[in-house]
Amino acid sequence: MISVDVRSVTKTWGETLAVDDVSFAVRKGDLVVLLGPSGCGKSTMLRLIAGLEEPAAGSIEIEGRDVRGLTGSARGVAMVFQSYALFPHLDVADNITFGLSVRGIPRQEMARRLDKIAALLGLEALLRRKPAQLSGGQQQRVALGRALIAEAPVCLLDEPLSNLDAQLRQELRREIRALQQRLGITMIYVTHDQTEAMSMADRVILMRAGRIEQNGTPADLYERPATLFTARFVGAAPMSLLDLDDGPSGAVVAGTTGPALFLGSGRGRVLGLRPEDVTVDIANRPGRFHVAVTAVEYLGAEALVTCMIGERPIMARTRGGSAPAVGATVGLVWDASAGHVFDAASGARLAIETGAGPLSTRLHTTANQGSTRA
Amino acid sequence: MPERRRPQLNVHVQGWLLALPAVVLLAAFTHVPAVATVIDSFFSTPHGRRPAAFVGLDQYRTMMADPIFRLALKNNLLYALITVPVSIGLALAMALWVKGSIQGRTALRLAFFTPTILPMVAAANIWLFFYTPDYGLLNQVLRALGFSSVNWLGSPATALPALMALTIWKEAGFFMVFFLAALQQVSPVLYEAARMENASGWLVFRRITWPLVMPTTLFVAINALINAFRVVDQVIAMTGGGPNNATTLLLYYVFQVAFNFWDSAYAAALSTVLLLVLAIVAFLQFFLLDRKIHYR
Ligand SMILES: Nc1ncnc2c1ncn2[C@@H]1O[C@H](COP(=O)(O)OP(=O)(O)O)[C@@H](O)[C@H]1O
Ligand SMILES: [Mg+2]
Repeated sequence: MISVDVRSVTKTWGETLAVDDVSFAVRKGDLVVLLGPSGCGKSTMLRLIAGLEEPAAGSIEIEGRDVRGLTGSARGVAMVFQSYALFPHLDVADNITFGLSVRGIPRQEMARRLDKIAALLGLEALLRRKPAQLSGGQQQRVALGRALIAEAPVCLLDEPLSNLDAQLRQELRREIRALQQRLGITMIYVTHDQTEAMSMADRVILMRAGRIEQNGTPADLYERPATLFTARFVGAAPMSLLDLDDGPSGAVVAGTTGPALFLGSGRGRVLGLRPEDVTVDIANRPGRFHVAVTAVEYLGAEALVTCMIGERPIMARTRGGSAPAVGATVGLVWDASAGHVFDAASGARLAIETGAGPLSTRLHTTANQGSTRA
Repeated sequence: MPERRRPQLNVHVQGWLLALPAVVLLAAFTHVPAVATVIDSFFSTPHGRRPAAFVGLDQYRTMMADPIFRLALKNNLLYALITVPVSIGLALAMALWVKGSIQGRTALRLAFFTPTILPMVAAANIWLFFYTPDYGLLNQVLRALGFSSVNWLGSPATALPALMALTIWKEAGFFMVFFLAALQQVSPVLYEAARMENASGWLVFRRITWPLVMPTTLFVAINALINAFRVVDQVIAMTGGGPNNATTLLLYYVFQVAFNFWDSAYAAALSTVLLLVLAIVAFLQFFLLDRKIHYR
């Protein structure tokens, strides 16, 4: 069942198109992350769903009901603001029950629900404190409690963890996800942090300049990025992007003479490779790229090895203990299916599979594998 | 060891030397006269060759029996009781309005603030014209509406309210600036959080805006209270305390006793009472403000 249905919504601020003809649907009980760089319209989209802004065009349905003209609780929507927006003069209990008191819920019922939420979020000991007497993480929990107590079917969160330190962020991320699954509420979660998005979401909607760049599961975005933008944005270590050129027997990395990567033209195309798909091979066998290591980033269990192919850096992931030394010459190899080919001009993914092994055995092109976006 | 102590002493001496000009000025023009006034209030007024004699609490006994003093005190309390809340309420209302309206916001702010820039005597002159019997602005309006003209400053029933109106008009614009600053301190996202709950305008004011501007309200209230007991300009400029002492306020009475009746000792006793009132208000300020701002 669809919980939130956004249909061709547009929002302008004067000349700026903050949200440009965006459509998506959120299934009931899902956690959907709106991901994208700063200024791409995530917050605006969220505020449109909350009813804090009205769209210039398009419509929004929540729980099967057109919610035009309604705001917040009247839409069945609660929100956690980036800066928490706690009332500084009210204590934790009054902050959490503010919405209930506005609606004139009886005291007893209010106390019952407060107890439940406080227990859920571990706030029992803090109920009589003022927000200024709480740590950032505790304030965040209170804001969450205020959103959850209404038991609205949809909860919106705008970068709720961005003011917290890394450790706490990770902790609360898990907590929010667990809570969301336990309560079965629909969550729309805005962040610019791809790690956060990938680790929490049922679906990720990547936005760019007011439009949806890609809408899919975290695995979709990671394994089959539809555009160069997605490829760059998603992934903890960036995808290596190599410009291609035409070679005598197929596409080659620009600035090199081979080996050929796939049959056909390489000019105007870009090859993308995830570091974990590139294997560093110390042995000097043929059919590999022979390159010098320019940098090694040691991360403990693993290391990121940077080499230069032509003028472009390429990263490979190795085990931490077996990383080559800087300056060493190594061979690089990757699986035929691991490469992503994009059109350099449009950024769209092309349905070409590629590999860097002996051409005869490892390379094959596929004409119609998966979907291609224009 | 003594060598180590000396520089520290020097620092203290230096500090006091640096503060000395300010201390001297403050003492010479504030503290010494205040103490002298209190002392003078226990003596009689010197006349010609008869020097001041110690009379104990005689001046205060006279005061208790003085009907004009009691009237002045009553007038002043009434004056404070009405001008303080009304000017604050008006100031807050104007601040809320000016903050809300986008168009002509600057013009509105300026318009509301203009009375503050005017010297009190100039403002009093303008209002004198409003209040003038027969051809004053107010009476012209009244007559146009078919009422008979009122001698605003000439009749005991309307003279004090007429002065209050001027004070409110003048103070509200000034206090508005404080409220405007306070309202701008309130994060707009708090109002969005309230909007998410569909809280009504009145509820938002009562539960969010009012408590959050409370420190400012108290600050403004204390200052308005102090001002209310320091009023003298408009009384001198507009009514001279009349008719029949209906607009005699404490400070004006002090002024009259001191410079019209030349009874400086009695004026000193009156001043002492006034000082006491102001001191109480000032203590109130420390006490209340400290308690109300602690959540910040
Ligand atoms: N209230 C506003 N007035 C004018 N422009 C706005 C307003 N809110 C957002 N914008 C503009 O809309 C675009 C999207 O903003 P926003 O939704 O806040 O981005 P994000 O949350 O993804 O960082 C930006 O270009 C921003 O400058
Ligand atoms: Mg934002």
